Amino acid sequence: MAFTLYSLLQAALLFVNAIAVLHEERFLRHVGWGSDQGIGGFGEEPGIKAQLMNLIRSVRTVMRVPLIAVNSVTIVLLLLFG
Amino acid sequence: MEPEGASRHPPKRRVPVAAPPRMADPHPLFDDTSAAGGSGPPPGRGYGAPPPAASQYPPPASFLGEPVSSLAMAYGTSLASQGRDIVDRNIDRLVPVGRLKYYFAVDTVYVGRKLGLLVFPFMHQDWQVRYQQDAPVAPRFDVNAPDLYIPVMAFITYILVAGLALGTQNRFSPDSLGLQASSALAWLIVEVLAILLSLYLVTVNTDLTTIDLVAFSGYKYVGMIVGLVSGLLFGKTGYYMVLGWCCISIFVFMIRTLRLKILSEAAAEGVLVRGAKNQLRMYLTMAIAAVQPLFMYWLTYHLIR
Repeated sequence: MAFTLYSLLQAALLFVNAIAVLHEERFLRHVGWGSDQGIGGFGEEPGIKAQLMNLIRSVRTVMRVPLIAVNSVTIVLLLLFG
Repeated sequence: MEPEGASRHPPKRRVPVAAPPRMADPHPLFDDTSAAGGSGPPPGRGYGAPPPAASQYPPPASFLGEPVSSLAMAYGTSLASQGRDIVDRNIDRLVPVGRLKYYFAVDTVYVGRKLGLLVFPFMHQDWQVRYQQDAPVAPRFDVNAPDLYIPVMAFITYILVAGLALGTQNRFSPDSLGLQASSALAWLIVEVLAILLSLYLVTVNTDLTTIDLVAFSGYKYVGMIVGLVSGLLFGKTGYYMVLGWCCISIFVFMIRTLRLKILSEAAAEGVLVRGAKNQLRMYLTMAIAAVQPLFMYWLTYHLIR
């Protein structure tokens, strides 16, 4: 049961990287998850798919710059300490 | 090129010493084997080594009286107090200290009743938290309110009981205790994040805060401790029976508590409200409640052999 906090941090970083890599035009649009698709009517509540698309788009917007910094730090640390 | 007698000393360090300059001494007691510049014996020489020919070497503890180290100590103290000021000013941004105090406002009667509720929730009728002018009442006054005292204490007790279980099987080592602690903490964080994500996706308008979710996820440690203790006392059958009972009770407890918070009022009353939205919320509540017994088993089965 060696599920430490460090592996949790690693998994979280990889997961956020994976979300950041999903390109709007080249990939998400073909799957039907683009940001301009599936905008529901004004009054009704967004379904799960719309919430997910919103989440992906906001994660990509918010985490773009911090991810650069965190990735660089992680690369340097892993190179130094293995 | 090792000078004799220096092999039992750690490598000499340069310490500015107010010792008399030895270069001018015409009749030294013995050869000056220290490096040029007259460094004294290193401060960390060790307690067992007697000072050789103490007249020329300052006693080991006098490095505290040196001007440089007093300067260093003053600087360090001022750094520490500055750091504490910064933490005090900014702690409110990271950890809502005011909100936390609500969750620790408990007393013995509440703790006793809540523990009883966690292992036997079947007779309790009214699960609604009482409100007082738009704010929920402190846990001291209402047994239904979530608190953080029981989860924190249960978590620490779980780590101790895990160490005890490992010790009785001769598998104990100090880092295994730390491993258990960080593993359980990591699973708790994963669970809370998963619940937050699913609450966001289902767009539930609820007043469940993150701390509430941490509290609810921490209540299963009580059942885990009871199961572990009975496993230590009565072997595997005792463990499985008691853990099964605690799993069922935490399942019922979570469903009855979360139903009032996640579902709409009509559905929570027991009226069958049709609609995809309520169905989804019911599934979400049942999923959250069903995950608790899984975690209870997952985090304890490797401790009972």
